[in-house]
Amino acid sequence: MEKYELQLFITGQTPPSQRAVSNLRSLCEHFLPGKYEITVIDVLENPQSAENERILATPTLIRIRPKPLRRIIGDLSETQKVMFALDLAPRQELTPTQENDK
Amino acid sequence: MSEVLATYPIEKIPTGIPGFDLISLGGLPKGRTTLIAGTAGSAKTVFAAQFLTEGISRHDEAGVFVTFEESPEDIRRNMKTLGWDIAKLEKSRKWIFVDAAPRVDDQAVETGEYDLGGLLARIEHAVKSVNATRVSMDSLGAIFNHLTATTLVRRELFRISTATKKMGVTAVMTSERSDEYGAIARFGVEEFVADNVVILRNPLEGEKRRRTIEVLKYRGTYHQKGEWPFTIVPGEGIVVIPLSAIELKQRSSNIRISSGVEELDRMCGGGFYRDSIILLSGATGTGKTLTVTHFIQGGVTNGERCLLFAFEESRDQIFRNAQGWGFDFEAMEDEGKLKVICEYPEVSGLEDHLIRMKDIIAEYQPNRVAIDSFSALERVSTIKGFREFVIGLTSFIKQSEVAGLFTATTPLMGGASVTETHISTITDSIILLRYVELFGEMRRGVTVLKMRGSKHDKDIREFTIDSGGMHIGKPFRNVGGILVGHPVQVDGAEIDRLGSLFQEDGR
Repeated sequence: MEKYELQLFITGQTPPSQRAVSNLRSLCEHFLPGKYEITVIDVLENPQSAENERILATPTLIRIRPKPLRRIIGDLSETQKVMFALDLAPRQELTPTQENDK
Repeated sequence: MSEVLATYPIEKIPTGIPGFDLISLGGLPKGRTTLIAGTAGSAKTVFAAQFLTEGISRHDEAGVFVTFEESPEDIRRNMKTLGWDIAKLEKSRKWIFVDAAPRVDDQAVETGEYDLGGLLARIEHAVKSVNATRVSMDSLGAIFNHLTATTLVRRELFRISTATKKMGVTAVMTSERSDEYGAIARFGVEEFVADNVVILRNPLEGEKRRRTIEVLKYRGTYHQKGEWPFTIVPGEGIVVIPLSAIELKQRSSNIRISSGVEELDRMCGGGFYRDSIILLSGATGTGKTLTVTHFIQGGVTNGERCLLFAFEESRDQIFRNAQGWGFDFEAMEDEGKLKVICEYPEVSGLEDHLIRMKDIIAEYQPNRVAIDSFSALERVSTIKGFREFVIGLTSFIKQSEVAGLFTATTPLMGGASVTETHISTITDSIILLRYVELFGEMRRGVTVLKMRGSKHDKDIREFTIDSGGMHIGKPFRNVGGILVGHPVQVDGAEIDRLGSLFQEDGR
């Protein structure tokens, strides 16, 4: 399985941002132990990178790898949705069309 | 005006958009956010972009353009047609885009609570990096389509509007509306940028689009009320036509100029006044164009520059007709004493005509302007639009202190046209040309109906037209009802009797 490369854009110490960081960490620890890399970027400190990635909402999670790019916004509290968007859900739950997408 | 405004705490910055600063009494409230609301195609993006370009070109103020809908590339291309080279402004660090337009690969899954902190950080970053004082955000509706949590987005946009206030920048946000005369904006955006609202309209009236702009509210400061027509001029952008903001400040002179017809001068008590507007009204074929030709000839003979706007005949026709009466327009043009502009009224809207005509007058600096026929322009406008046009043009001509001769075509046998209803009180002189039926023969009559500030001949005189032009002869003595178009022959003895009855009143 390819290593997960994730970028998380947050705004400083706001509650949703802090929640997103901890939600993402525990999710990865549970499903991808040792196979993930998270970069947390604070847009207040690094607005240019927010500009480059065209970030509107924070928190925004971008899955750089595996391809294709995926964007997930919000505090990542809806675990099922996050897993689904990151393709962490058990394979049998995928519909045939999503299978073809891969 | 500026002294009055200075006593109010809310300062305004001039936008530089022609006419807008007049109707808004100084521009946009400084350091605040103004909502620009309008239906699709009402020029919201143009307003937003022009707010920045005028700031750069007139006041050297840098601007940030936040686009939620079109890509920066589209905006650069679209605005190029208006003469704005945005790429060049970007290179000189006067204009910076914050690209918040959705792209296919940006499609995001929403999982829980979020805010627009990323966008705000980018705007702040952009403002700092070019030291901007103006921010345009276009258009808010797109962000609501992009993100699903509308309550949250509304709250966040309010936060952005507050933040721009803190940054000390003056901002405009554009937003869609669904009806020309309905709710201010969709998605309830007016609830968070409620301080200042400007509405752009583009309603369909009698098969014609007529653009208007209205300052709906400016919290804590003054503005002119109501809708004002505007148009979009290539190379300039939005040009608002501030009709009643025009001041009645034209001077009035006692200098007389010749109408080109000696007898007509005499009827007017010594010629037209130099800076007056003369309305020439008559049915088709009564000699309006001929009178205009005389008017031009009179000017050129006197060494004046003349300008003719022709809306009914082509250049060739006009020159040939003039030739037929013994006037050489070609030679006059070669001398630089005459400029003839021929156009069908239908080529553009009335607002565009007005702006073009003003430009030509300002550039050519004529002493005399003739418009033949003025009433042809009625065709391309609503009645309201025409009235605004008449006021706008006449006041401009009066301010330029030139003599204006406008012709109006009336029904064949007399009566008034729409043009006359709107223009007659504005004009200084009115001359009527009428058909007169006399003993089974058609004759032509001329009379001076109104001559502001001067005595004039009250007779209705007969005139003839031949290869030498117009010849005014004796008054019709035994005909009544000419003006209303029902000439009735009156017995000569009866006239003498009536005349003797009123001898005391000084006639």
